[in-house]
Amino acid sequence: MGNSNYALQAKNLNIYYGEFRAVTDVSMVVERHKITALIGPSGCGKSTLLRSFNRMNDLVPGARVEGELLFQDQNLYSPFVDAVEVRRRIGMVFQKPNPFPKPIYENVAFGPKVQGIRKKSQLDDIVERSLRKAALWDEVKDKLKKSGLELSGGQQQRLCIARAIAVEPEVLLMDEPCSALDPIATLRIEELMRELQEQYTIVIVTHNMQQAARVSDYTAFMMVNDKRSGELVEFDMTEKIFTNPADTRTEDYVTGRFG
Amino acid sequence: MGGILFFCGFLSIFTTIGVVVILGNQSLHLFNREQCVQAGGATAEEVFCGHATIGEFLTGTEWVPDQLKFGVLPLVFSTAMTSLIAMFVAVPLGLGAAIYLSEYATPSIRKTLKPILEVLAGIPTVVYGYFALTFMSPVLRDVLGQDTVRTFNMASAGLVMGIMILPLMASMSEDALSAVPRSLREGSAGLGATKLETTIRVVVPAAISGIIAALIISISRAVGETMIVAIAAGASPNFTFVPFDYAETMTGHVVRISGGENPYDSVGYNSIFAIAFLLFFITLALNIVGRYLVTRFREVYE
Repeated sequence: MGNSNYALQAKNLNIYYGEFRAVTDVSMVVERHKITALIGPSGCGKSTLLRSFNRMNDLVPGARVEGELLFQDQNLYSPFVDAVEVRRRIGMVFQKPNPFPKPIYENVAFGPKVQGIRKKSQLDDIVERSLRKAALWDEVKDKLKKSGLELSGGQQQRLCIARAIAVEPEVLLMDEPCSALDPIATLRIEELMRELQEQYTIVIVTHNMQQAARVSDYTAFMMVNDKRSGELVEFDMTEKIFTNPADTRTEDYVTGRFG
Repeated sequence: MGGILFFCGFLSIFTTIGVVVILGNQSLHLFNREQCVQAGGATAEEVFCGHATIGEFLTGTEWVPDQLKFGVLPLVFSTAMTSLIAMFVAVPLGLGAAIYLSEYATPSIRKTLKPILEVLAGIPTVVYGYFALTFMSPVLRDVLGQDTVRTFNMASAGLVMGIMILPLMASMSEDALSAVPRSLREGSAGLGATKLETTIRVVVPAAISGIIAALIISISRAVGETMIVAIAAGASPNFTFVPFDYAETMTGHVVRISGGENPYDSVGYNSIFAIAFLLFFITLALNIVGRYLVTRFREVYE
């Protein structure tokens, strides 16, 4: 696999919370402009792994990562890499919609403003473009000054997506983005992911196997080992994982025998 | 049980109403009764009488009850000056301490520092008063010159009052900052904001209603503070804007006059009720403004 094809490559990634090893020895590749799903039972470390992809775990006291995570041929965990810069280029959408208690406009303009963009016309542009990409523009264009918290849950999550893509990241990490949403809002987010795929690489953690099967190109299945640490059991094309998995544990999980 | 609880609530409300009624009623004596003083002190025989008006009370710049001069402004300005100086100390330091404790300190540092801060809040104000008089004033005089700074001055009282209020400001602001959900901090960090940017642009604005509440309570505390200003700010009214000058505050004046012999319905007696009632009004107004600001800036997070 050539360098230009992958967005992220994990090499023997181990993630610790204090003494506890939450994720053991994960090696995998996230391909560009594809949607990669991380699935597995609760507590298998899939969210932890996802949050290591943009060094979000740095914010957790005691969290530590060993191994390599390559992004454009650079190890994101090398001491010369600035975690803040990493998060600018690898954006994140969270499990529960978390818009800032600010106007819709300010929510989307937040990232660009932090990066130093001050010009009103330029910000207006970015806000409109991002909201359009997040399929939210038509619903909010007349109330950009209203608080982001006045929107419905699904709209809030799309606002968070708009906020994330306003800084034009290369990769978008989504941590169970639909778990707090109803089925119709979920469907909209899934459609949106398919549209965003053309410009972004997406990694999604999901509890919902149907969702992984519906939206993703690649699927990584994780499980805890006998030391209660998360391991990557199988990683392959989504179709293969759901129709003809190599590992019996994967088969048991995707056919609903446990989990 | 419900009856007992009702009684508790009723008692506190009843006390408040009682205080307001007595305070208002007594303070009116200054304006609707003729005030008489003996010219040239208590031994002199000549007696002067006159009426105080509310207009004179609120706009006059001389407070000499013995000469029937009832302008409360010198006392009000002195209170405002000491409170302002106190807020200049307490707000930036308190907010800084709160941000440090809530955003930067490790859990073990926070666990040690917060109780210490709260102990600071438990120091009796009379101790602070003598600290102002015997430490802060000499320091100010040494630094700025014996001619510039008087022994009794508003600056040292205000500075020490700021130190006294600091823990309150810090503790209440820290509570407000800590109440901001972690998800907002993560959302901001996920967009490439540094910790400082996250704190200034997300956490502080989200906690602003709590911080304003802390600010208003701190101001009320400064305006109502008595012991420090009574000891360190000076013991006679002085209409001045120079912080290094002596000047008695409203509370300082009330406590000094009420300490001496003041027969019922005498000029001194009536005048301190009027001051106390005005003080009550000021703090009430501050609380109303505070409540308004809290709802105005409230950013509900969830």
